[in-house]
Amino acid sequence: MPDMVTLSYPSPSSKPQQRQFNPYSENGGTILAISGADFSVIAGDTRQSEGYSIQTRYAPKVFRLTDNAVLAVNGFAADGNMFVKQVRQRLEWYRHAHAKDMPLRAIARLIQTMLYARRFFPYYVYNILGGIEEDGSGAVYSFDPVGSYERESCRAAGAAQSLVQPFLDNQIYFKNQVALPGHPHPQHLPLLTVIQLVIDSFTSATERHIEVGDGLEMFIVLAKGSPLYGVENIAGVQEMTVTNEGERIFVVRRNLKRD
Amino acid sequence: MDHFPTNWGRPRNDGFDAYGTYPIAQRPYNGLGNDVFSEGVQRTQQPIVTGTSVLAIKYKDGVMMSADNLASYGSLARFKDIQRLHPVGTNTIIGAGGDMSDFQYIQALLDDLMVEEFTEGDGDGHALGPGEIHEYLSQVMYARRSKMDPLWNSLIVGGVKDGKRFLSYVDLLGTTYSASTLATGYGSYIAQPLLRKAVEGNEDNITEEEAVKILEQSMKVLFYRDARSLNKYQIAKITSDGVAISESRSVDTQWSFADGIRGYGAQTQ
Amino acid sequence: MFRNTYDSDNTVFSPQGRLHQVEYALEAVKQGSAAVGLRSKTHSILLALKRSTGELASYQQKMFRIDDHVGIAIAGLTSDARVLSNFMRQQAMSSKMAFNRPVPVNRLVSAIADKAQVNTQEYGRRPYGVGFLVIGQDQSGPHLYEFSPSGNSYEYYAMSIGARSQSAKTYLEKHYESFADCSLEDLIKHGLHALRETLQQDKDLNVNNTSIGIVGAPSVHEKTTNVSFRILEGETIQPFLDTMVPKDAPAAAPAPPASTDEDVQMAE
Repeated sequence: MPDMVTLSYPSPSSKPQQRQFNPYSENGGTILAISGADFSVIAGDTRQSEGYSIQTRYAPKVFRLTDNAVLAVNGFAADGNMFVKQVRQRLEWYRHAHAKDMPLRAIARLIQTMLYARRFFPYYVYNILGGIEEDGSGAVYSFDPVGSYERESCRAAGAAQSLVQPFLDNQIYFKNQVALPGHPHPQHLPLLTVIQLVIDSFTSATERHIEVGDGLEMFIVLAKGSPLYGVENIAGVQEMTVTNEGERIFVVRRNLKRD
Repeated sequence: MDHFPTNWGRPRNDGFDAYGTYPIAQRPYNGLGNDVFSEGVQRTQQPIVTGTSVLAIKYKDGVMMSADNLASYGSLARFKDIQRLHPVGTNTIIGAGGDMSDFQYIQALLDDLMVEEFTEGDGDGHALGPGEIHEYLSQVMYARRSKMDPLWNSLIVGGVKDGKRFLSYVDLLGTTYSASTLATGYGSYIAQPLLRKAVEGNEDNITEEEAVKILEQSMKVLFYRDARSLNKYQIAKITSDGVAISESRSVDTQWSFADGIRGYGAQTQ
Repeated sequence: MFRNTYDSDNTVFSPQGRLHQVEYALEAVKQGSAAVGLRSKTHSILLALKRSTGELASYQQKMFRIDDHVGIAIAGLTSDARVLSNFMRQQAMSSKMAFNRPVPVNRLVSAIADKAQVNTQEYGRRPYGVGFLVIGQDQSGPHLYEFSPSGNSYEYYAMSIGARSQSAKTYLEKHYESFADCSLEDLIKHGLHALRETLQQDKDLNVNNTSIGIVGAPSVHEKTTNVSFRILEGETIQPFLDTMVPKDAPAAAPAPPASTDEDVQMAE
């Protein structure tokens, strides 16, 4: 007869092992969007990194979706690229069904639905959607990875969010600035001022954050019938508009420090 | 999974009560969770037989890629004549680091794809180029990582199509990027800075001979410092004329400096 | 009422070696209003005649966008066309998803032809009752294909399908050699002339009953920089209609009498 001592239940040490594969990574970089009265500016740097390694100096994070919507995606690059691809396919089906582009606020809700559908295996991605609403106003929508979203006038996300957002709060929302009597803070800033703020945000973030740099890609969406505000004179500006009837999209590319 | 059969134990516990002399509650437990097969289907893995770095650069006439011939089993230099550069179609090459059995699966997958492509297209002028191959591979890699069942590789896809050079990376997470110089594994730390210094901004001027030199130099540095590398490697070039993978070759190395360095050669003390 | 013993099941040949159900399906294509396709070295275009059931009703949809680089014009059962065009859209999308490349037009046409062929051979199915003209642009330039419910597909310099399409074909056969070097405007003019041949005596093309589909660089009459497939309808086609040469001289061969309003007649 076997010894009774061996007749026992497995010890706690033989519990299932922890799986070691981590399906996520973090690829650095920063994105930013600011809306004005009749325009929207959406920007991102082009560096993609993992840890201390720069994987590439040019990996776009900002994508034109339609003539009035631009999506910036930051976080885990593989998820980000796949997400943009899927959003684009959904927009294509919308075009087939309705023979027009999906309006911005509908794209925003679509994105929230798509993100929340993966609530329990999320896209590890922060999204910022910029463009022009149906009423002609500039708009920015920001999302968390599982789909919480809101419309704002400005938002920064990604590696240098903590550096850029406070700067924006101060310069766009005039936080901690006291207006002079009879000179209230403006409701909306002019386009060229906003562009300067965006460029300054990225050069500063590049100085102080190792994951930000190499290149800046900045999309400018103008409302239907809006003046150009001097966008056409910016060095290296390129128009991305497809149809000649509605909103117009421009892209500006700048170099950032590569160190 | 434990790969040592001696640790597998016996299929049944010796303590099994063959005659049922004990009440059920006190019977020896030999059920789930007690043997090495208890995990059932194993999905997540670790790489077993692995290849180390792959290097690739763009140059004047196309793309050049190199990888050594070693497949390691842990720290054991297990297989010393493994080819890690694989041609796909007429103008694409993929190079692989990471798990070699997963890589062989990927080769089979791509070979099947090319057969399918041939039966469907058959020279209709729409052959798959490096860009299409890379996109397809990214989808496969990302889909597998999303199933928590990754193909444990870092892959570089290079090629030339319609006079345009293509060079891109994809790994077990589905992460992709392209640049004029790429390196996987240890190469991304040791060789990538050397490659960037030699190539960035110079892609259109580097001749074939210079490109070979740049890669040879980097492979030599890797061989000096990467303990999982081998001084036997191949170089592939992809130009508008097609792909060519060299025979295995080696570089001259100099180890006399190691004599007096503790931790390098045989130590007397 | 059956016209003969061998037409109730598409899997059975008649003693003459014919599949009657398939031929009836081809007849359904001939019932639909006409569509015309033309190709030059730089453009492929489609033109189609839209029918309306009456003053109070809208006009039918004759063209579908499949992708940025592909579009179709249909003749026959619109509902069948929607099923097939949906399939084509899916094919186009999966090509983009898997390979990040626009689906080659010839492969897209082969795919629907194979799908249609299955319906001519399997028990319990019926052939599609619709024919397509498919235009598209890919790495090998602009293309024009015809697809028919029999599972056939061919590439053409110019082609027409649908009611009275023989008249349009006659026009196209007379002029096709000049199409290769045509400007877009001239190509559309030829297309409109061909399409006009399919009209009944008292009818004419107008902004309501005509659709134009284009792939390739935009015309001077278009307000766009878009080179992808687009459908022009309504007022936007007026400038093109204005380029037509009025049909005074009855030079054109009289169209064969087609009984568009009656049921299928499979005489013999």
